[in-house]
Amino acid sequence: MMTSHIPLLIPATFLLAALLIPLAALLWRRLSWLLAVAATGLCFFYAVKGLAHVTTAGRLHYHLAGWQPPFGIEFVLDPLSAFFSVFVTGVALLALIHAGRVVAHEVSGVDMGFYALAMLLLAGLSGMVVTGDLFNLYVFLEISALASYSLIARGDPRAPLSAFRYLTLGTTGAAFYLLGLAFVYMSVGSLNLADVSHLLPDVGDTRPVLLGLSLMVLGIGLKMALFPLHAWLADAYTHASSAATALIAPIGTKVAAYVLLRLMFFLVDPQYLRDQTPLPAIVGCLGAAGMLWGSIMAMCQKELKRMLAYSSVAQVGYIALGIGLASPLGFIGATLHALNHACMKACLFLVTGNFRVRLGHSTLPRLVDDLRRTMPWSAAAFTTAAISMVGLPPLAGFFSKWYLVLGSIQQSNWVFVAVLVASSLLNAVYFFRVLERLYLTPLAPPDDTDVAAAAATREAPASMLAPTLVLAGALLVLGIFNAWIVSTFINPMIPSRLGW
Amino acid sequence: MLEIIKGYYAYFFLVAVFCIGLFGMMVKRNLMKKVMGMSMVQSAVILFWIVSAFKDGATVTVLDPARAVEDADLYLNPLPHTLMLTAIVVAVVTLGVSFALLIVIYRRYRTLEEPLLLEKMQ
Repeated sequence: MMTSHIPLLIPATFLLAALLIPLAALLWRRLSWLLAVAATGLCFFYAVKGLAHVTTAGRLHYHLAGWQPPFGIEFVLDPLSAFFSVFVTGVALLALIHAGRVVAHEVSGVDMGFYALAMLLLAGLSGMVVTGDLFNLYVFLEISALASYSLIARGDPRAPLSAFRYLTLGTTGAAFYLLGLAFVYMSVGSLNLADVSHLLPDVGDTRPVLLGLSLMVLGIGLKMALFPLHAWLADAYTHASSAATALIAPIGTKVAAYVLLRLMFFLVDPQYLRDQTPLPAIVGCLGAAGMLWGSIMAMCQKELKRMLAYSSVAQVGYIALGIGLASPLGFIGATLHALNHACMKACLFLVTGNFRVRLGHSTLPRLVDDLRRTMPWSAAAFTTAAISMVGLPPLAGFFSKWYLVLGSIQQSNWVFVAVLVASSLLNAVYFFRVLERLYLTPLAPPDDTDVAAAAATREAPASMLAPTLVLAGALLVLGIFNAWIVSTFINPMIPSRLGW
Repeated sequence: MLEIIKGYYAYFFLVAVFCIGLFGMMVKRNLMKKVMGMSMVQSAVILFWIVSAFKDGATVTVLDPARAVEDADLYLNPLPHTLMLTAIVVAVVTLGVSFALLIVIYRRYRTLEEPLLLEKMQ
């Protein structure tokens, strides 16, 4: 009985929590955090249950108000959306548990607003994942975007300006999506994703559809921070509070990547798209360029959060490259990398939050080697995630890159292979720079103020350390069980017309 | 040529509005003007949907006994209009959030000119 309602329950629970949190905060301020964690935990439970149902018994459709699909809005849990909703809610759950102390430390006084907006953000993101209607997707996109502008605006003094820049660019991206959707609607006459993809082969003149699709990809590319549309990302992530960054950075761009997967693999026939337009090739090349540019920019940064933000640009490039390959191996690589990168980036940002709460900063040259003694677990979690980012087996990051390299070799695209290898080496350069500061520098003289601060500090509290370590452990588990994940969850989601 | 202008003039205007909006967002240095540009881009897209639903000689989708029910050409498609109601709400909310951000920025730096802002932030 309840299983059939899961597609609706995930976004609806978040929306309900967003309404309840301001009321709960009137009773007891800490209740807002508890309620946010409880709602996210409940949604994670629903998502896992939905994924189990989808893998064993087939997809779930929920028709809002009982209207049948081409006319009403439909929420769908198919293998792809179930998989994404599990890791989006899972990573958000860990980030929110971690946020309890960070919010009190960095943006104290507005914690009720933070959690209510976080719930709205997650309602939007999970709604984008489960909806089967292209216009409804736009509405959820704007809900999540508006919540994230407000979340990002609280932080250091520069945060409002970077949030404003993100707002103007993000709104333009959404406007491009809506404009493209108008072309698709004018040609096809339907907004239901499955219905549009069913009707498309009968459309005589496909040029408006392809133009509309290109505009939609452009808009989503802006949301996803695809190179060269990534300008908003670095400032927005750097100046926001650590809690907001740790929540938005791992999953926000991943959900945009999910929409890109939906558009380019499910809305239209990927083979047809590749024959008719250079769109997949362009997305792949921009991804490759972003991998190099993001890594090089990350190497130049002195601030840990800013370095990780540029690293996000590079990692989104991997996903775009996989999408651009438009082949089964590219699809597997992109999906698996979305999962892996969400866990890796969440772990790295949580450790940054630990440093900020305990040391009061996360500037690289001021990190001293005493941290490995005073905060051993945080340093170890950072190291695990960093090595996974570089792509050393048996950690998760290696395997998604492996599928991407295989996909590139299969298409004899040697440039992509070279870029993948080069970008991994650049990853090694900027992450080992941090590891060197943590582990390899000789002991600094004790009269230095930073050393004194580091020596006086303690390991992060358990509520922050536990999510960090769970994510670091998850990287190992995801790496070891990657073959099982690919065969059980990812293979069934590959569209049949891709010829797998 | 005249046929094209007669049939598509609304679209030409909308393209112009869209491009002026983009130009304002990219080139103008004042944050308030950027918001105006953003609003123009949104309005152009909303009007694009509305214009696309226009049919010559058609009326609203309310049953009119004087007209034939069977002929779909006599009635407008109401869906784009209803969808754009939602989009207008979204646009209004976006404007609200952007004004809130501008107020915060102005209170802190006493200016909305981008070069001055960047100077003061150093």
